[in-house]
Amino acid sequence: MKTLGWIAINGFREAVRDKVMYSLVAFAVLLIVASYIVGELTAGQDVKITKDLGLSAIGIFGLFMAIFIGIGLVSKEVERRSIYSLLAKPIRRSDLVIGKYLGLVLTLVVNVAVMTAALYLVLAYLGTEESDLARQAREAPLLDPALLKAVGLMLVQLMVVTATALFFSTFSTPILSAVLTFLVYVAGFFSADLRNFDQVVDSRVVQALARGLYYMLPNLASFDVTAQVVHGLPITWRYMAVTTAYGLTYITILLVMSATIFSRRDFK
Amino acid sequence: MNGRSRGSLVLAVAAVILFGGLSIWLQAARDSMPLATSDNETLYVTERAAGRGVFTHRLLAADLYWIRAIQYFGSRSRVARVRQTDPFEPPPSLSLETPVSFDQLYSLLDISTTLDPRFNIAYRFGAIFLAAQYPEGPGRPDLAVALLKKALITSPEKWQYWHDIGFVYYWNRHEYRQASEAFQRGADLPGAPWWLRSLAATTLVRGGDRETSRLLWRQLAETAENEDARHAANIKLMQLDAIDQIERLQTVIDAVAARTKEPVTSWRVLLNAGALRAVPRDPTGEEYRLSSGRVTVSSQSSLFPLPVEPGSSPRP
Repeated sequence: MKTLGWIAINGFREAVRDKVMYSLVAFAVLLIVASYIVGELTAGQDVKITKDLGLSAIGIFGLFMAIFIGIGLVSKEVERRSIYSLLAKPIRRSDLVIGKYLGLVLTLVVNVAVMTAALYLVLAYLGTEESDLARQAREAPLLDPALLKAVGLMLVQLMVVTATALFFSTFSTPILSAVLTFLVYVAGFFSADLRNFDQVVDSRVVQALARGLYYMLPNLASFDVTAQVVHGLPITWRYMAVTTAYGLTYITILLVMSATIFSRRDFK
Repeated sequence: MNGRSRGSLVLAVAAVILFGGLSIWLQAARDSMPLATSDNETLYVTERAAGRGVFTHRLLAADLYWIRAIQYFGSRSRVARVRQTDPFEPPPSLSLETPVSFDQLYSLLDISTTLDPRFNIAYRFGAIFLAAQYPEGPGRPDLAVALLKKALITSPEKWQYWHDIGFVYYWNRHEYRQASEAFQRGADLPGAPWWLRSLAATTLVRGGDRETSRLLWRQLAETAENEDARHAANIKLMQLDAIDQIERLQTVIDAVAARTKEPVTSWRVLLNAGALRAVPRDPTGEEYRLSSGRVTVSSQSSLFPLPVEPGSSPRP
């Protein structure tokens, strides 16, 4: 456990040295500038659009971090040949994979937390300029705590993407890993269509195949509750719990497979 | 492969199978918990399909389409108004140029509200845009009603949409019975304001009456959800005041013309006759225009052009 923590902290430090934090500054500036500009263009919808823009930006920036840092977790060590000194230490290979993954998750958590804080700050500032009319017309509170539900599920979604990137990077090149991860990400948003294949296809084989694929691919769309949050619609804690549990289970599968492949990889 | 290695592989396969089963079970459990959303079919794409087209960012895409709709409407409306007020511009029947087209407006609003079916402002403001008479808009109250009815599919609990439908029937289509029915349906919803029911009754009895129009715009100004909507309603109220003033001025002008047996061609004539103490100004402070004995608002005034009142013939 101590070893895992040590590897995770080192992974986090490495990610910070990768200048990931600069993207946060870029994000905050973009968000603040954009919210001022759109406020003038949107007939009093600046709060809604700031929430939409903020949550989307967290998702997009988070995705870039998850994929591009995720694929480098293992490949960088191999490329720099530092993998040999690591493997010479009394560390299990599975601990190395899981520790590095946890390090990246820690990086994501810190990044997403800072971005969320920036979003709340911008919203708070907008609140100081908000008219009574706009305040009455809002569907959800300005500094809505429910935004954290959307951010929380987004974080789990990013953790799934990171685990996917890590999985591919254990047996593939960085570029191919990035492509494959992105394809899984895209497919993850369409996977719900596979569930309804039996309504459009008669072949039982195709139906079974589609249903199998539905359960095999990560259902990333289910982590997206931004529309519900922005419009003040309810999201039950049960939904949150089941979706989070689903994400964590999927991550566990990917980590077990990654650790198994990595443990059997020959670095000679 | 040694025994330990084989053991760890078997363990890994067992873990994948175990967690795979758990994942399937959780996926099925979550599928039985649908989130509050709408899945209405539209001309273009379903909300879900449109949403997947832009992955998780469908709200942002809806915002972008909404901004495009505002810009499209604003730019077209401005060009049409400039043409309308240009003294060298021939009447539309003689003009070589085709009227300014607003043909993409409904599509932009439809896509925006398909991507975000609860985009309240896009429905309510969009309906105002669509129903506005040329040159301010395309003059398509039918599309305005269609957009608002689409809103009711997602949010049947919102009385505001019935209020807006009634408004379009009243102001743009001059169909008072349907307007009254729409107000009544809104009034029947929980949380609807008390005045909606009396508005329904007044509309049915006195549809087309200027006071009813004034009441309608006043309620709209008081319940507006943003400053732009309130400003638009206040402009309409000022236009109604201007129509009142023009009618009173016209009575004075006609009386002077009858007394002097000459048409009144300028304000100076009225001032010299002692009928007026100063050149009259509209509620925005802009001087009224007097041409061929008829009073109109100046084309420089933000009240220009005055609306065609329900129940009256078009203004010259």
